[in-house]
Amino acid sequence: MGTTSTPQGLDAQALRSKLETIAASHGIRQWDLGAACSTDTSVQVDRGEPKQLKGAQRSSITVRVWNSDGLVGTTSTSDLSDSGLERALAGARDASAFGNRNETPAFSPLATAPLSPLEQPLHQGQGILKLLERLKAAEQDLLSRHSAIGTVPYNGLAERSSERIYLNSEGACRQQQLTTASIYLYARAEESGRKPRSAGAVRLAYGASDLDIAGCIDEAAERTISHLDYAPIETGRYTCVFSPEAFLDLIGAFSNLFNARAVLDGVSLSNRESLGESLAVPFLSIRDNGLHPGNIGASNFDGEGTPTGPLDLVEGGVLKNFLHSEATARAFGVKPTGHAGLGAKVSVGPDWFEIGATPGSQGGQAGLDRFRADQPLVWIDSLSALHAGVKASQGSFSLPFDGWLIQNGEPRSIEAATVAGDIRQVLNAIVGFEGEAKITPDGLCPLVWVEGLSITGEA
Amino acid sequence: MIASVPPGSSSAPSLNAAHNAGSDLLIGPFDQRWSPRLEALLARGRSAGADLVEVFLERTDHIGVLAEQDTITSVTPAFGMGAGIRVFRGHRDGFVSTNDLSEAGLELALSQALGMLGLEISGSLGSPFDGLPTLRDFGLEKAAWLERCPGIQEATQRLLEGTARLEQVGSHLQARRASYARDWQEVMVAASDGTFGRDVRLHQSVGLNVLAADGEHRAGVGRRYGTSDSPDDLRHWDAGHSAEEVCASAGTMLYADYVEAGQMPAVLANRFGGVIFHEACGHLLETTQVERGTTPFAEQVGQPIAHEAVTAIDEGLTGGAFGSLSMDDEGMEAQRTVLIENGVLKRFLSDRAGELRTGHARTGSGRRQSHTFAAASRMRNTFIAAGPHSPDELISSVDRGLYCKSMGGGSVGPTGQFNFAVEEAYLIENGQLTKPVKGATLIGEAKEVMPRISMCANDLELAAGFCGSVSGSIFVTVGQPHIKVDSITVGGR
Repeated sequence: MGTTSTPQGLDAQALRSKLETIAASHGIRQWDLGAACSTDTSVQVDRGEPKQLKGAQRSSITVRVWNSDGLVGTTSTSDLSDSGLERALAGARDASAFGNRNETPAFSPLATAPLSPLEQPLHQGQGILKLLERLKAAEQDLLSRHSAIGTVPYNGLAERSSERIYLNSEGACRQQQLTTASIYLYARAEESGRKPRSAGAVRLAYGASDLDIAGCIDEAAERTISHLDYAPIETGRYTCVFSPEAFLDLIGAFSNLFNARAVLDGVSLSNRESLGESLAVPFLSIRDNGLHPGNIGASNFDGEGTPTGPLDLVEGGVLKNFLHSEATARAFGVKPTGHAGLGAKVSVGPDWFEIGATPGSQGGQAGLDRFRADQPLVWIDSLSALHAGVKASQGSFSLPFDGWLIQNGEPRSIEAATVAGDIRQVLNAIVGFEGEAKITPDGLCPLVWVEGLSITGEA
Repeated sequence: MIASVPPGSSSAPSLNAAHNAGSDLLIGPFDQRWSPRLEALLARGRSAGADLVEVFLERTDHIGVLAEQDTITSVTPAFGMGAGIRVFRGHRDGFVSTNDLSEAGLELALSQALGMLGLEISGSLGSPFDGLPTLRDFGLEKAAWLERCPGIQEATQRLLEGTARLEQVGSHLQARRASYARDWQEVMVAASDGTFGRDVRLHQSVGLNVLAADGEHRAGVGRRYGTSDSPDDLRHWDAGHSAEEVCASAGTMLYADYVEAGQMPAVLANRFGGVIFHEACGHLLETTQVERGTTPFAEQVGQPIAHEAVTAIDEGLTGGAFGSLSMDDEGMEAQRTVLIENGVLKRFLSDRAGELRTGHARTGSGRRQSHTFAAASRMRNTFIAAGPHSPDELISSVDRGLYCKSMGGGSVGPTGQFNFAVEEAYLIENGQLTKPVKGATLIGEAKEVMPRISMCANDLELAAGFCGSVSGSIFVTVGQPHIKVDSITVGGR
């Protein structure tokens, strides 16, 4: 038996001890690792019957090793036996022979810095039969909301218990335990002689007992029903009102604008000189803040052990900061920002966006109300196929969407359409914001008005 | 019954789970030695009241290498193992995956899967299970594949050759990338219906990507080439040809105008053009979609659903193709399945659960990304068959439309609405290709677009791809000859 776990989960000290022993036997002096394990339970239902009940125990580890030339190699594995750990270390050492001499990662200088505390209550799991009963009830409720809703083809209720660790050979030790739960309900509705329509909703929480299932049902029903009466839209240019979810999706897809790794690699729309330059309308702010209490499942350290925290990316329309790993921060002469993964070439990515008006600015046009507009508006509810329709390095996008055409205050669902443009054009064509910012799984954002976007319809 | 385990519970996930293995079974390949342990598991599951128990064992070995400009910037080895246990009772099933292949670990996973269906292991009941037959081993002849693949040193040299060729033949290149992935997988499937098979899979792919930039003009172009079961694949890769193809496309698209949106006829090129059938129709012919009630074709076997010019096939047999396999992830041998013949729907792709719940017979299409997913009906090598025309005949039949030379990814939604991106396109004017255009997205609905595929050319070719769906991301092939779609919505500016 190994000694890297206890009844409480991962045993960081035992894992460190084991790694130190194996490293010493291989002559490895510098190493770090990220380890994670989780237990997941999920259910799906189909018209009152259980469809698939699923459980998973997963564990994984990524090890980095610095060789005598200071080059880095990495290996990942789910085989956490003694022999697996040894093979991983040896594999990382072998891979280090191919390390990049031009850019070698180092330990984050902040890997032992104090972490911000997180309010993340740990929940006892409800168990699969309880989850099943709750999902069956939710499905039944949703099916009863409208005669046209015939099925809820995509649904799931899940809970997860997880733990992650970062250790390095200089004594850094980060550890996090977390429980989360999620529900998603996507209904399919069809009226006689009409095309089927679909929409849904998602909710996250720290435990299944805290999930806003009623809210999820209400939102899924309301959105699905709102798309039943649809019509084609004429191709043309429209002022578009992005839902918080849709705008956050768009910004997330173009986050290479803020990504120092992408800047160094030459695949970002930004460059080293872009900091301090105008990127958007002068009242736009974009902040990355993984520690926002609305970010369910937040982590207070990144893959390199660097503390996470708020970072202003755009303020007053001006690009203020990039997201960094240790290596990119060193290249820019700044501190790591807590947005790194773990690898030989460390990836960088955003956590959770806060988007809105820059404090002290007018915030664009005041009093925007999409139902009182004097022109036809396209209200974009959700974007699809971002993986295919976004050219992040070019700035362009062409994306199918679900939404409504609002004319004289009356919204009518759009049959099928795409929205196309350039992200820099979008950021400079923001008219203003409508309503309070809404917390979503990807961030915080109000409705965002953007003028002059190209819509292709089937009318 | 499985319960979600919060920290502090005695059965919290264990980082040393596989320590318990401690068995010679984990040394060497999966083989007949596993039979007693698997038989005991299957017997326990059947005794507990399960109609069928299936165990999927997996071991993986992966290497990824990335070259940027003229430097190797990332080498990422990874290896792992695990099991997925699925239990059926009536039309219901429970599935549990674990990294722990020890006897105790597998028993725990079985008991959890049974618990999902309200069943418990009982030590005293007799088992209505006759035992496993002799292992059907498709992997025997593949034992040396992993060793025959290029090592890291060789892979890095080939990739650097690729980025160097890009530099030679391209212009205005701001970023050059070459990447290589080698995925080796050993699987064993045992089920209480007597299934007992083993296979070894090998997938390799190499990709080139460039970002060309000139002032405000930018074009990002990428190509990925992949094969299965061919250890020498990377050695045979023609880096020069690939670099020329990528750079030619980037050079053309760098200064292209954005496409004008609207409804128009389109000619889609062969090879990766087949993504239109994959997204627009293929997914809707999986029994997974029948189960969900999300395919408009559920009741249309024997009826026309496409233009009579269209015959479509899904198969797992083509040698070296990315979606080929000796047996599927439920232990069934691969087949050739005619989906549509002269426009008439013939069959659905079906897996074990699909057969149980929809009545469509299995087609060797039960596939999954890894042991953490239950198998589902998925495509393999899917293509529209060749027709009688030359590609020029298709283009010359269009007065004004779009020629889609290179396709990006796509998706299909729960109502059958599909979309996919066009990476490289040209206007067709008066039957001739004219200027290049970019930024096009094609959207539509399967029921409407399939009858509009009115002409198929005689130049069928396949292309490797990855398909993400209910059972994860899997290796597939799409393909077609040049085809003409009489009218489709082109999203643009």
